[in-house]
Amino acid sequence: MTIAAPGHNRALAQRAYAIRRHALLMGKVQGQGYIAQALDIADVLAVAYFHAMTYRPEDPDWEGRDRFYLSIGHYAIALYAVLIEAGILPVEELETYGGDDSRLPMSGMATYTPGMEITGGSLGQGLPIAVGACLALKRKKSSAFVYNLMSDGELGEGSIWEAAMSAAHWKLDNLIALIDVNNQQADGPSTDVLCAEPLHDKFAAFGWFTQRVDGNDLDAMVRAFDAARAHLGKQPRAIICDTLMGKGVPFLEARDKNHFIRVDADEWDLAIALLDEANAS
Amino acid sequence: MTQHKKRFAAPDPSKPRLTTSAMIASIAGDGQKTKAAPFGHALVELAKTRPEIVGLTADLAKYTDLHIFAQAYPDRFYQMGMAEQLLMASAAGFAREGFIPFATTYAVFAARRAYDFICMAVAEENLPVKIVCALPGLTTGYGPSHQATEDLAIFRGLPNMTIIDPCDALDIEQAVPQIADHPGPVYMRLLRGQVPMVLDEYDYTFELGRAKPLRDGTDVLFISSGLMTMRALEAAKTLAADHVDVGVLHVPTIKPLDEATILHHAARPGRLVVVAENHTVVGGLGEAVAGVLMRNGVHPVFRQIGLPDAFLDAGALPTLHDRYGISTTGLHTQVQSWL
Repeated sequence: MTIAAPGHNRALAQRAYAIRRHALLMGKVQGQGYIAQALDIADVLAVAYFHAMTYRPEDPDWEGRDRFYLSIGHYAIALYAVLIEAGILPVEELETYGGDDSRLPMSGMATYTPGMEITGGSLGQGLPIAVGACLALKRKKSSAFVYNLMSDGELGEGSIWEAAMSAAHWKLDNLIALIDVNNQQADGPSTDVLCAEPLHDKFAAFGWFTQRVDGNDLDAMVRAFDAARAHLGKQPRAIICDTLMGKGVPFLEARDKNHFIRVDADEWDLAIALLDEANAS
Repeated sequence: MTQHKKRFAAPDPSKPRLTTSAMIASIAGDGQKTKAAPFGHALVELAKTRPEIVGLTADLAKYTDLHIFAQAYPDRFYQMGMAEQLLMASAAGFAREGFIPFATTYAVFAARRAYDFICMAVAEENLPVKIVCALPGLTTGYGPSHQATEDLAIFRGLPNMTIIDPCDALDIEQAVPQIADHPGPVYMRLLRGQVPMVLDEYDYTFELGRAKPLRDGTDVLFISSGLMTMRALEAAKTLAADHVDVGVLHVPTIKPLDEATILHHAARPGRLVVVAENHTVVGGLGEAVAGVLMRNGVHPVFRQIGLPDAFLDAGALPTLHDRYGISTTGLHTQVQSWL
């Protein structure tokens, strides 16, 4: 296991800040968006794209790349932000977010966007697609990992548990599931809508190498990604990431939690200013 | 709650009561020429030169003839368990990585349970997943849980999906390499086990996307797919004995429909046009052909033979085919009533 140097994590913090800033700029363009989710998942994405994953920005379809599946298509605003930061998308393009003829639609689709591996949005599909892709990568003797980002609300879909069983059955040690636990879905707290807890116990019982960490703690996330990749067991890996919606923008962190958070027109610039201020301090 | 229970007539001792056969009994008639497991053998043959082909199933290898492939290529066979959503999504995962997966289950489970996964994980990106499904239409006496009477209607509405309804063993074995070569997703209805061999007696080869005339006739034109083409050919012979001259146009590709060939044959004046399909009359070949004729101003006298818009009975398959009018006798009688 590699223990990242503090300097490395400072660089990751800058990446996470940049991801949040790109996402807020896209939200400002569209006047709406799943911005609270983008802010909560920015640290996980920073560690994935700037610590863990192997890829070539100039060739997003490079055969040797690690695959990142965005099962939760509505988090596209966050993935576009990290693809911009990674140099896969040009920063100028964020102004097109959600508009007509844009490569950056509101819900992520593989056919629209370089670096977007799958069409998510119909929840419960990313993990079972990843099972097939991991089996296929093993057939090809590839050493690539498939990362699948899903959410706690998504765990209500039965297909997740078909795939969870299957991944362990096939000993898919090239599969890393990332679960964003912000305890918020369309109709309220996930633990009230359909409680999937205890998540660590469930994934462990399904045969997964399971870790539960603070998804907004970069040091913890780096350790978790390192452990997931280095684990010797012939089993799939789950990183359950507890996150705070709106993370990095205090008034959004404090706002009554909402799946589709409302941000008033004059609040976007304020949010960006507060983010910048926190980053400068 | 007894009002929800079906009511059955008292047994008539003068009539034999057939019993429900095995779930997936052969549809071959007594003494009919058959071929064993044409899909499985054709896939094994193709896979010899196509290493990108893999086979996946959801606990129904034996019942979709995929066990033949599994025996020949155990390391290219993936038993995904009784999990059809996983089956279709993981097949999409294989296709994303450059493979050509053949995914098999029963038609009811693909069309009903796994539809969203076929739609979004497979069809939306036009991935080359080949979905091959047993028990199409009314080919089991086990009742609605296993009778895929509306599968064609469901998949016809799905963009990018090519749909094949083969008649016999020859159709199936010739279709397998062609659906593998097709760049997008395919749904093929499957006849398995001892499958009738019918079309070898005609000047016929399967061509993806093409309708083919099998016999000519001046009074009636059957337009048919799947096992109903076999029935149409049989009915054409019995109707000939009644001096009714019947042509048969076989349409094994339901989508995209070979509109030009259908229009060419249906436009010939003086013929009753009868579409015969092993499927509900809602949303299948019959309504597809009717739409083509209407849009192109071709207006023959038009009739549909198909299954009713209902959940069908359980029982013995020959009884049910008679009851719902898709037996050879059923075709004969209905055509006579329309002349």
